[in-house]
Amino acid sequence: MKTWLKIAVSIWITGIIIAGISFPMVRVPETWWQFPLIPGLEEKARNIIFHVPISWATVVAFVMSMIYGVLYLRKKDIDYDLRSVSSAGLGLLLCVLATLTGAIWAKFNWGSFWNWDPRQTSIFILLLIYGAYFVLRSAIDEEERRATLSSVYSILAGVTVPFFIFVMPRIMSGLHPGSLGDEQGNLPVLEFKMATNMLIVFFASLIGFTLLYFWMYSLKIRTMRIERQIQHETEIN
Amino acid sequence: MKMLTLKSDHITKIYNRKTIFKNVTFSVNEGNAFAITGKNGSGKSTLLKILCGVLSPSSGTVSLSVNDQQVLYPEYYPHIGLVSPYLNMYEEFSAEENLQFIKKIRGLDSSADSFTEELLKEFGIYDHRKKEVRNYSSGMKQRLKYCAALLHNPPLLVLDEPASNLDEYGIEAVRNRMHLQKQKGVLLFATNDKDDLRFADTILDIRQLNIGE
Amino acid sequence: MILQSSYHIFVKEFISEFRTRYALNALLMFVVTTLSINLFSIGHDSPTQEILSGTLWIVIFFSAMSGLSRTFVAEEERGTSLTLRLLTDSTSVYTGKLIYNFILIFVLSIIIAIAYLLLIKEFSVKTYSIFWLTIILGSAGLASASTILAAIIAKANTKGTLFPVLAFPILLPLLLTCINATKLSVDGAFFSEAIKEFQILISFAIVMVTTSLLVFDFVWKD
Repeated sequence: MKTWLKIAVSIWITGIIIAGISFPMVRVPETWWQFPLIPGLEEKARNIIFHVPISWATVVAFVMSMIYGVLYLRKKDIDYDLRSVSSAGLGLLLCVLATLTGAIWAKFNWGSFWNWDPRQTSIFILLLIYGAYFVLRSAIDEEERRATLSSVYSILAGVTVPFFIFVMPRIMSGLHPGSLGDEQGNLPVLEFKMATNMLIVFFASLIGFTLLYFWMYSLKIRTMRIERQIQHETEIN
Repeated sequence: MKMLTLKSDHITKIYNRKTIFKNVTFSVNEGNAFAITGKNGSGKSTLLKILCGVLSPSSGTVSLSVNDQQVLYPEYYPHIGLVSPYLNMYEEFSAEENLQFIKKIRGLDSSADSFTEELLKEFGIYDHRKKEVRNYSSGMKQRLKYCAALLHNPPLLVLDEPASNLDEYGIEAVRNRMHLQKQKGVLLFATNDKDDLRFADTILDIRQLNIGE
Repeated sequence: MILQSSYHIFVKEFISEFRTRYALNALLMFVVTTLSINLFSIGHDSPTQEILSGTLWIVIFFSAMSGLSRTFVAEEERGTSLTLRLLTDSTSVYTGKLIYNFILIFVLSIIIAIAYLLLIKEFSVKTYSIFWLTIILGSAGLASASTILAAIIAKANTKGTLFPVLAFPILLPLLLTCINATKLSVDGAFFSEAIKEFQILISFAIVMVTTSLLVFDFVWKD
């Protein structure tokens, strides 16, 4: 990542954090820096600026890890495996963060940390998949075999994920906006009544966290490559 | 008579960050015997597995052509017979049942039945054909592996340590086969035994390859 | 050709199991054990039909986990996988083992289901068509996902414990749907009400088998 981009992302994210936390919420907004107060959510609504983009980045990391897995199987270049595992590692971290920010929000809005809402369950399953992926990796010593088998596993996990979209709503009723049973019906999350300025901060945050993911990813992949190189050199000497 | 050529083009195998061998290039033609030698752990067995198409190389290609036609996976199975310490028979089946199973999967017809009998006699395990393999000694197992590898009359016979576990009688049977194979097809084997190496027209010493670079 | 080799591999698998009884004896004991634990814990209580539908699938899931990995682990441990790899292409191997695994888990689920129906009085199925179709499609889904996972873990170091860990997230949509369909059969729903469940189960098996056929070669030839 270019230096200017790193500086830009830092400023960008800082701006979002300041805006997300400090912009006052008032009943009737008068200036651009005032958010409208949403009945039922109140100040808790600020979390949407952090929780949703983190969840989004979790999915991006998962998809990237799977794509690099496929590339590894096609090209048999170990660097693709390093990319795949770097992305999966970040995905796990983001997944934990998304679960935590979600659980805290759920506690104050729905009354308990965990409700087995379809989206909560989905993120829980994503956690399980990441967990299983790393358990599998730790059970194989040989580098190429580890890369092949974990790539195959991430593909298998990837193709099951769409099933949850069909299965979950039939099993449990949802609490998230946009879920089945919500009075707004089947609308996706973003349709949910947000004022223009809040929407701008929200999308800015979505872009910001995606860029942050790519920054962290580029750091991670570089350290992974160096670690592998050092290990290689110590084994020869 | 089928003309068979096996080509190895810059085969490299990296196992757990260690280069086992690098840029192995050679070609064997009909009527030739090719031997691979090198100390234990030098990658002889790995190279043979790659040449048989059951293990992928890290880079490079193996190509098998019959009558100038390149044979691609999975069609090369009928052309190869392998005897290797890494290849075992099913222990809960008798020798005969093992060979029956191989015959069925290979889609061989009933004319192979008399040939099976011949092979079993040739390698001196005909009287034990009804015994379960778990009761076999290691020498008998090795003999059975030869029967299994030769069942479909492969034009390319690959042997990993041809004489291992065998007594004098067994070694003689194997030597006869090696001699025969050299005349009617391609013989490829890995060994450190000087007596075996006499059969080879070309010897590749795997130690001379650039290792650890 | 592929069908023929798959058939012979299936027959080999079947005879081998019949002779060694590696999986079968252990599996039957496993079923007896888990069912009696269920019976002991129920005692004189009358648990809801929902809970009973769930425990039925817990028994089936863990029985499948203890039995289905055997096919590939045995080949790898005894060094016969190389023999097979030289005999035929990977698609035949996969298909043969898939059919064997399907029959094994299918027979097992039927035994479990019958024992469950006979032993637990509170568990009364009203729509048998839904119930049995769920058992059949559930076994197909379990076999389709477990066969490729068994091939993966056969190449790993810690084989026994790894299987359920890897299988659970992948099988979860299948299990949840099976439990839901079983609930419908207990509630006396009409057959048409469970169509959506059956669609999910069928497409799960199809997606799993197709993906496995695409990636199996990488696992098998490693």
